[in-house]
Amino acid sequence: MTDPYVRIRDLGVTFTGGAKPVRAVGGVSLDIREGEAVALIGESGSGKSVTMRAIMRLNPEKRSRIEGSIHVGGHDVMKLGARRLARFRGAEVAMIFQEPLLALDPVYTLGAQITESIRRHEPVSRAEARARALQLFERVRIPSPERRLDSYPHEMSGGMRQRAMIALALACRPKLLLADEPTTALDATVQIQVLLLLRELQRDLGLSIIFVTHDIGAAVEVADRIAVMYAGRIVEEASARDLMRAPRHPYTIGLLKSRAHGAMVKGARLDTIPGAPPDLANLPAGCAFAPRCFLAADSCRRDDPPPLVALDGGRTARCLRVEHTHPDAIGTPAH
Amino acid sequence: MVDATQTATAPLDPVAAPVRSEGYWRSVWRRLRRDKVAMTAGGVLLFILSLAVFAPWIAPQDPLHGTMLMRLRPIGTEGHILGTDELGRDMLSRLIWGGRLSLLMGVTPVIFAFFIGSAIGITAGYAGGIVNTLIMRTVDVFYAFPSVLLAVALSGALGAGLGNALLSLTVVFIPPIARVAESVTTRLRSSDFIEAARASGASALTIVRVHVLGNVLGPIFVYATSLIAVSMILASGLSFLGLGVRPPNPEWGLMLNTLRTAIYVQPWVAALPGMMIFAVSISFNLLSDGLRSAMEVRA
Repeated sequence: MTDPYVRIRDLGVTFTGGAKPVRAVGGVSLDIREGEAVALIGESGSGKSVTMRAIMRLNPEKRSRIEGSIHVGGHDVMKLGARRLARFRGAEVAMIFQEPLLALDPVYTLGAQITESIRRHEPVSRAEARARALQLFERVRIPSPERRLDSYPHEMSGGMRQRAMIALALACRPKLLLADEPTTALDATVQIQVLLLLRELQRDLGLSIIFVTHDIGAAVEVADRIAVMYAGRIVEEASARDLMRAPRHPYTIGLLKSRAHGAMVKGARLDTIPGAPPDLANLPAGCAFAPRCFLAADSCRRDDPPPLVALDGGRTARCLRVEHTHPDAIGTPAH
Repeated sequence: MVDATQTATAPLDPVAAPVRSEGYWRSVWRRLRRDKVAMTAGGVLLFILSLAVFAPWIAPQDPLHGTMLMRLRPIGTEGHILGTDELGRDMLSRLIWGGRLSLLMGVTPVIFAFFIGSAIGITAGYAGGIVNTLIMRTVDVFYAFPSVLLAVALSGALGAGLGNALLSLTVVFIPPIARVAESVTTRLRSSDFIEAARASGASALTIVRVHVLGNVLGPIFVYATSLIAVSMILASGLSFLGLGVRPPNPEWGLMLNTLRTAIYVQPWVAALPGMMIFAVSISFNLLSDGLRSAMEVRA
């Protein structure tokens, strides 16, 4: 097998701006192959967005300490100089944001923003850049693209804006697309369209996608593989199908149970995970999830965080008691 | 949401197709045009401005020469529709000519302060941290003085004269504009679209030039418009104190000063320059109000 396109090793991000350093990401390793879509899921503050931003070095450099290594398509991201980093951002890796209305500059037309981005990276004429912007708008299926290029962000609907945002991200033909909860701000009917669009673009353009979300449904729709994050670490990683069918980490099991699914009886209560996520400035010893875990034993609360355990089918889970979550041991927990 | 749903299913339908989108400034202008108050204020300003510009052709008489035989005539005197001042000079002509200096002193300091203050404020806001603190605390030192006091003190120290008056007024207006620029920039710096620009490989300079400037200039511009009124009043005050324009040049503040002694003889004539100052400054204020609401469309 060839080298993965994205290779993250022992990534640690500590924010040092506040009174106490906060270790937002504590040793994340992740590989993404070319053309593969991986979803990072987890609750707020689990470090998924920080991990993704680290790939583009978007975390505030003065107020954070970053360890480990990140390689993307042969670039050693940590060692890129300012010039190379600017070229790397946008042309190699691009990002789409949660709230397109805030992520698009309100005083320029969308066409102007896309042509600006293209011309920043490539020596093309204004007319050429505009023609490419038009192609992109057609690509993401914005109706009457010619006219929409001259629209301002506030003149468009939410779903249309997110399409425009995707077009802007694709302007310089990146190979890796980072999507930071791209559907959270949209309403349900538009969400699925945007997800399908992302999936289609990924297939047609051979994009690698890292998709950050807390919506498992959305993750399954887009991703080939899913990595579940908790308290700054990946606790379970598996193919989307395996993860949904047989989650192995107790946290993932809890997450899947707490979903509202179609077969629920009206009035039935949703299962929840008791407790609250830990304070990242003050992590407990042992497994960070142990205080909330239904399977936790004394060994879980001891000094070292548990290592990733490789399971069959190429999946991993960070749990000492993973043998107890085998489908044969506790039945089928997801449904 | 509606048109997005149609996107996937229905092909382009001429009725549902989005309306032709107009430019941002054109839409501001359209909304401003509907604002009667702002348009009236703009009309008044345009009128006074053209009077000042075309003063040599419009003013019926020489503003600098009068005859002592005709001093302090009331409004409606034949040949002097608005009366004469204490030296027998035609008030109408002096008011028309006076607009030149008064408007000059109202607008120029604000224009200079607009550029300098914006540069300072954007630099401080975008740099953040210690640079921001250093710059903004220095600005605050100047801001702590009441503007009238600062203008008078600076003009007094520099010496009387038009140039020095303009200079001191510029210094007075830099701090408030810098503060507005700084606060808007600071808010922008953490906004998503600035991060999006960084994520697409824009350099700090590009971000400031394109994204910060594009978003900051509007609010500062509105604010600066409202400062023109203050600047005119301050300039009049300086002239009133003998620190700005020197006699016999006509300037509204100076005219108000010299006619002050005649307030019991010809109160209406004496009040005329004050009315001009009032009309122009309130028009600038109303126009900037209208501009502000016309520009607030996003989000």
